[in-house]
Order: sequence, then structure tokens, then C-alpha cells
Amino acid sequence: MAKVHVTTTINGEPMEFLCEPSDTMLDALRGPLALTGSKEGCASGDCGACSITIDDRLVCSCLMLAVESEGHEIRTIEGLAQGEKLHPLQQKFLEMAALQCGICTSGMLVASDALLKKNPDPSEEEVRFWLAGNLCRCTGYDKIVRAVMETAAEMRAN
Amino acid sequence: MNVVTNNKWIGQRTIRPDGMDKVTGRAQFAADTTMPGMIWGKVLRSPHPHARIKSIDTSKAEKLPGVKAVVTSKDIVDFPIEKGAVMLGIQDMRWMCRNVMARDKALFPGHPVAAVAATTEAIAEEACKLIEVDYEVLPWSIEIDDALKPDAPVLHEFNKFDGKPSNIVGRLEHKKGDIAEGFKKADVVIERTFTTRPVHQGYIEPHACLISVAPDGKTTIWSSSQGQFMVRAMTAYLTGIPQSDIRAIPAEIGGGFGGKTIVYLEPLATLLAKKSGRPVKMVMTREEVMRATGPTSGSKSTVTIGATKDGKIVAAHGTFYLQAGAFPGSPIRGAAGCSFTPYDIPNLLSEGYDVCSNRSKVAAYRAPGAPIGAYAVECVLDEVAEALKMDPLDFRLKNAAKEGTKAAHGPVFPRIGYIETVEAAKASPHYAAPLGDGHGKLRGRGVASGFWFNAGGESSAQVNITEDGNVVVTTGHPDIGGSRAGIANICAELLGIDYRRVSVIIGDTQTVGFSNLTGGSRVLFASSMVVTQSTEKIIQTLRERAAKIWEIDPEAVKWENGAAHPASPNAGQFEPLTLEELAEKAPAMGGPIGAGVQLNTQGADGGFGTHVCDVEVDVDLGIARVIRYTAVQDVGRAIHPGYVEGQLQGGVAQGIGWALNEEYIYTKEGKVDNPGFLDYRMPVCSDLPMIDCIMVEIPNPKHPQGVKGVGEVPLVPVMAAVANAIYNALGKRFYALPMSPPKVLEVLEAPTQQAAE
Repeated sequence: MAKVHVTTTINGEPMEFLCEPSDTMLDALRGPLALTGSKEGCASGDCGACSITIDDRLVCSCLMLAVESEGHEIRTIEGLAQGEKLHPLQQKFLEMAALQCGICTSGMLVASDALLKKNPDPSEEEVRFWLAGNLCRCTGYDKIVRAVMETAAEMRAN
Repeated sequence: MNVVTNNKWIGQRTIRPDGMDKVTGRAQFAADTTMPGMIWGKVLRSPHPHARIKSIDTSKAEKLPGVKAVVTSKDIVDFPIEKGAVMLGIQDMRWMCRNVMARDKALFPGHPVAAVAATTEAIAEEACKLIEVDYEVLPWSIEIDDALKPDAPVLHEFNKFDGKPSNIVGRLEHKKGDIAEGFKKADVVIERTFTTRPVHQGYIEPHACLISVAPDGKTTIWSSSQGQFMVRAMTAYLTGIPQSDIRAIPAEIGGGFGGKTIVYLEPLATLLAKKSGRPVKMVMTREEVMRATGPTSGSKSTVTIGATKDGKIVAAHGTFYLQAGAFPGSPIRGAAGCSFTPYDIPNLLSEGYDVCSNRSKVAAYRAPGAPIGAYAVECVLDEVAEALKMDPLDFRLKNAAKEGTKAAHGPVFPRIGYIETVEAAKASPHYAAPLGDGHGKLRGRGVASGFWFNAGGESSAQVNITEDGNVVVTTGHPDIGGSRAGIANICAELLGIDYRRVSVIIGDTQTVGFSNLTGGSRVLFASSMVVTQSTEKIIQTLRERAAKIWEIDPEAVKWENGAAHPASPNAGQFEPLTLEELAEKAPAMGGPIGAGVQLNTQGADGGFGTHVCDVEVDVDLGIARVIRYTAVQDVGRAIHPGYVEGQLQGGVAQGIGWALNEEYIYTKEGKVDNPGFLDYRMPVCSDLPMIDCIMVEIPNPKHPQGVKGVGEVPLVPVMAAVANAIYNALGKRFYALPMSPPKVLEVLEAPTQQAAE
């Protein structure tokens, strides 16, 4: 079967790529687009390590077909920092030891950013339920939840 | 306590060296790399729990366009059973060669039977389907009770126990005193039997590797593991390529918890790469991870504890049957050796049995075996304390092991911190707080303790001063919990420079000296020893260089705050020479500055923890939730408190999963029925509360910074702490894990006496 040509926007940049019709967005990101920050932990939408946004909506890129990105705006972990300047969530994760092995970190950050865009003042419970689709096996989530809440507080103050 | 409190970097929550790469998506994990000309490998796996392989025909697969190589067990180096054990650490290569690829028999569903490399993943998968395997399907058993029946199908016919072919493939015991005499003195004796289910380590990163073999045999392995040297050695054994020709590069590892201490894919990918002449990438699916790697043992334990009226334990007996899966190697040492160790018990017998059955070969999981044993022992202790009407922490204090106590597994304890953990738990705000109103749900509190051996062993490090006066430290241990951050703190402390000037990396097998596995809670203990000695050598060199420049005796030079200074006014008046200045002068003053040290490190002290857990049980739905948790542990010295707490919190979260939800479920056909994260239910963020940590610091006197391993203890007490809390909430005891909603409801709805059986 012939490959499909897709035109999309990734992290603000116009982008074109070829993919199989059956390729997931995660396949395209990690393959032809060489954006390996999104991880595959399960390929079934259960772990959230491949979290991205499409037009600001949080999705598991393993559950979305690559061709569905045609004409839409995709954002991945690689687009979270602005050049040398980290996003406040990235900075806070570093300062508060909110990562260990790091395999879930990309997805956690993308999901947390999506949360704070929607809800700049989340309660602990809201953070926990929002991030319930992002598995972390190392941290017990404690420091992740604290880092998200503290970032939210700082972003509100600034 | 000789804790130094004026450290600049030790004990500080510095930014981890690998952090920036991980928060920006740059970090390279095993599946993130490609090579020019790369092709894809896939594994054909047995659908049967137990089957003799009569023949394998790969001819159709080989003819499929795009297929570049096929391997079967004929390509793997054989280690014949009758020739005896060939050990690599705790792994016997006789079992490893049969685990990576079934030889005469397939022993579990998911057991590799053949592997294919092709130009695309889809073609490799298609080719696997074209391989014809003629199986003679055999009877099988998975559960321990089934594997121990007199007529049970025996996995390894050569193995005898009590003179008969058996699935019991190993036994060990630890003995102290005379339990028969001891139990005679007891006023209260309680005996209970417990079962636990197999649980998976649950790392989020599936096993993956990318391997290139050049025509001269020079092999490059890029993979994620808990030891690049283990990967090199096992691959060398199983492929026949000498270790000197294999460069194993450690990718960032996306979690291991013990499960990545053996190889699965690397030997297969190496052989496929060798046959095809192309770099081969292999990545497991989550389903393959769940079916064919890990998990830890399921278990059946019987524990009897006898105590006098005044609360003194006089005798204890534990029998721990652990499921090894397809090949020998259950962690019976951890179960039998750790479970009673927090206590000074005069008469003790602790026995472990290693039982083979038709599921995947067991792999290490965080304090292997110890959580299984502690679950049984700590639950019985709770019942004994209750029978004696004693506070469970007071009961533990009364029987606590301390300096001078002889542990049943051998050592006489040096200064240990167990008592301090119990006292800290007792004094914690958590233990004093009321349980609060559950608004219709029932609340309860439980406690439990745990022990893990910890470990030393071989480590190597190279510390180099760069030409611009900064520092690069290379160690040989994959970093899974933040060990690079700890090493940066220590090296910066010793040199008296900002920690950001110390770059810590993990070397590959051909660039750093042999370093044993990341496991046993050994990494920071062992690697900080070799890094300390290397840095001390460098400081000696720096003092000598300054002495040469000042034309004074090196003994008259001291190193302080990142610079050489005259040790006293008598030594002369000189401006300090900084690390940068001495680095700049290095070429003229004797050459590059660097030092490497390689040691078989000794002196790892065991670790103790005591946990307090509050639960809330919805009696209508059977859902138990942990609503408050405090983990207390003697951590020796918290070099980086953030990552020490991280170890405690992560271990507790895994234990809560093991206690409440996680289990392997098998179909009638003997296949894992829940091989994915939807049905294998690990704790998600909304399942857990914050996890409070109390770090007790009793420095290890045999370590330059007082370090004790911290990674494994935190899993040991958890299941018992949760079980004891659920009892406290419901007044009903549970003797089986997990305490998941259907099982909680079953006990709640059963007549009372059944619950205790």
C-alpha cells in the first residue's frame, strides 16, 4: 500500500511526513519525525507516556492515527521549553525531584501543562485525577503532584 | 551520631545531572536509537504452557521477501544440564540459555521458540507466523499447590527431591536454637498460612535493544538494563563472541526494579545481526513484557510465632514456598533470610522452597523475596501483639534486633537503626493522629517492619579533571533512582567546588572498569566508595602540583574550597591555586589529572524500615484505599534527600499495588489473562495519598559518607502494613493477596470463621 502524505504543524513548525495509513501518531513521531521524547509504554492508551496535544486537547498519541494530524496543531514534549528557557513545570520537576527513571516524565509534563492551561488552580484531587492516565512506577506520584501544584501556585502569582 | 551537618553539597537537593535531558525529551532510552541499515527483530513464542518441541521448520519464513535472518535454539550456545552449573552472579547459564530460547521443551506461554529479523516490523511478524513448530503438548501446572502434587507434571525430569523427580528445585534454611523447646515456653502461639500472587515489576519501558555486529565480530549493543556488564557477559556466553569484542552501551533505563538484571532480547538480536549483517532492533510489546519477563514469585507461606505473656518472642518458624516459574531461582534467600531479621528470636527455623512451574522465569523484584516473607511474618506479629493486648510497635520494640544480636542468616549485627525506626514511627504525628471519620467507610491503622540485606560488590570509577578545571566522573552502574545526583554531591563536596561543575556519566563496558549490577541497593554505597577514593587520589595530585609550583613539601599543602592553600603560615605565603589554575598548568606540571579506582566493596550494612498505614474501606463496594502513609527508614546518610524520599515513596506505591490490586490472572489454558496495564492494575495517581517519609540517619561506619542502601527496604513492610490496617478497619483478617474489591467483598460476606481459615 502506498504511503500517505500528511501536512501538519508540530510544536509550531509546519511539517510534512509520509506514513502508512495504519501508523499511529506515536509511530510517526518516533519514526519519520524523529521526535522520540514521546514514549511507548503500552500502545493501548493505558500508560500515558506518549501524551501529546492536538489543538490543545490532551491525547495518547498511540491511540491516534498519524493521518489524523492532517491540518491540525500537534504539541509534544520537545515543544514545551522555549529555546533555552524551560517551562515552569520542567524547572519545578527538576527542583523537586519529581522524576526518577524519566520514562513517564515527557507524558507527565505534557499532561500537567494541559491541566494548568485548563485549570490554573487545581486541588490535589484534581491533579491526581487528571494525571490518573499517566503511569509512573518510580515515584509514587507524591513529588509529581507537589511539583504540579507548586508550579500552578507560582504561575498564578506571576 | 557523627553526622556532619556543615556539608555544602552532601544532603542537598541538587538538580540531577540527567534531569535536563529527561524533562525535555532528549534522554535516549533503549528504543530511542536507530542505526543506518537497521532492520527489525521479532520473537515467535510458544502458545503452550508446557510442550515438547519435536521440530521447527523455518523454511517458509526464510523465503518471505524482506526476511534477513532466522534463529532458533540451535544458534544459541548450549550449556548442557549434566555438565553442571555455569554461574554468572546468581544466574545459571544452563537456565539462561533455555530461557532466552526454548530448547527441547517450551515451559510457559510466551517462551521464545524462534526469532526473525526483517526489513520491517510487519514482515518480521508475518514471518513468525510462517514458522512451523511441531509441539507435543504436555500437562502443566502453574500454582504452587498444583506443582507440588504427587502426580504433577515435572518440568525438569532430571531434578530430584527426596529421591523422586520433583518440581522442588531448591531448599534453604536458617536455624537458631531449638524451636520445639522454644514453643514449649510460649503462652501464645499463632500459626497462619498466607498466599501471594505473582506480581510484575511494572517498569513503564519495555525491554528493547539495538545491536550491530561487524563482519569481524565486533559487536555494539545499545540496550536498557540494570547492568551493561551483565548484558555483555550473558551475550558473550550465549553467542560465543568474546567479551572483548562486545561493547554494551547502557541506554537510559526506564525502570527496572530488579526485572532488568537478566537478558531476554540481546542474545537473539546479536545472532540475528550477525547472520544478517545488518543492525537489528528489537522492542518488546507490553504483552510480551507481561507474558515472558519477570514477574516475581507467587507464594505460599506458613508462619508460627510463640511469645510469653510479657511480650517476648520465644520461638518462630517460617516455611516459604516460592514459585520460580520455568527455571530454578526463586528468591527464597530473601524470604527465609529477611523476614524475621528485625527481631531477636532465640529459637528460629526459617525454610525456603524453590518451586518450578509453567510460567515465565522469575526475575528479581525490589528486595527479592523479602516482601513475601515479611507479609506473612508481620501479619502474624500483629495477631500475637493483639492476643497479648500490646501496642504493635511496643511489641516490636520489646523484641527488636540491635547491636550484638545474631541474625539467623549469619551476621552478628553492628550498630543498626531498627529500634530508631520503630521509635520514630511511634513518635510520628501520623501514629498519634486520630483516624478521623470515614463518613460511612471504615477506617483502620496498621504497622509493619522490614529488613533487606543490602549489598556491596564490584564497582569502578574514573574521575578526570578537564582542561578547563571542571570534573567528569564515569561510573559503571545504570542509574535508576538518582545515583548520579548522589555522586555529583559527593564529588563536589570532596573537591570543594560547585556541584554543577561535576558531570556524572555512566560508561559503557569498554570505557569503564567492571561494575556489577544495579541491584541489591548497592549502587550509591559501592560507587561512592570508588568515586571517593578516586577523588582523594586527585586531591593528592593537586596538592603535589601546588607544592611543586610553590617549591614546598606536599604535606604543607591543604585542599580546601576548590583550591590548594598553604597548610599553615609556616608553609609560606602563597596565593591559593584553584582547580582551574592547576588544570591549566597540568601539561607543564606532569600531565593530565585523573584517577580511577576499582574495588570489590565491602561493609554494606542491612537496612530496616517501619511503616504506618491508614486505610478506608468501602464495605459496600469492597474497595480499600490507603488514605495516609508514613514510611520510616534508617537510610544511613541521605546524600540527596529528594531521591532517598523518592525511593521510599516509590517502594511504598509498589507495595500498595501488590497489597490491593496487582496479580497475574491465568486462563484455563494456563495463559496470562491480563497482560496489559488496563487489567494488570498498578496504582495510578488518584489511587494514592501523599507518602510521608521519616529518614532516620544512623551512618554506616564502614562507608566514607555513612551510606546504606535505601532502594529495596521500602517495599518490604508494605503489604503487611496494609493488611493489618484493613484488619483494624474491618475486624477481619485477610490471608491472601491482593485484597482487591471482589476478594474483600468475599470475606465481608462470608461467615466469620471462614475469614480466619
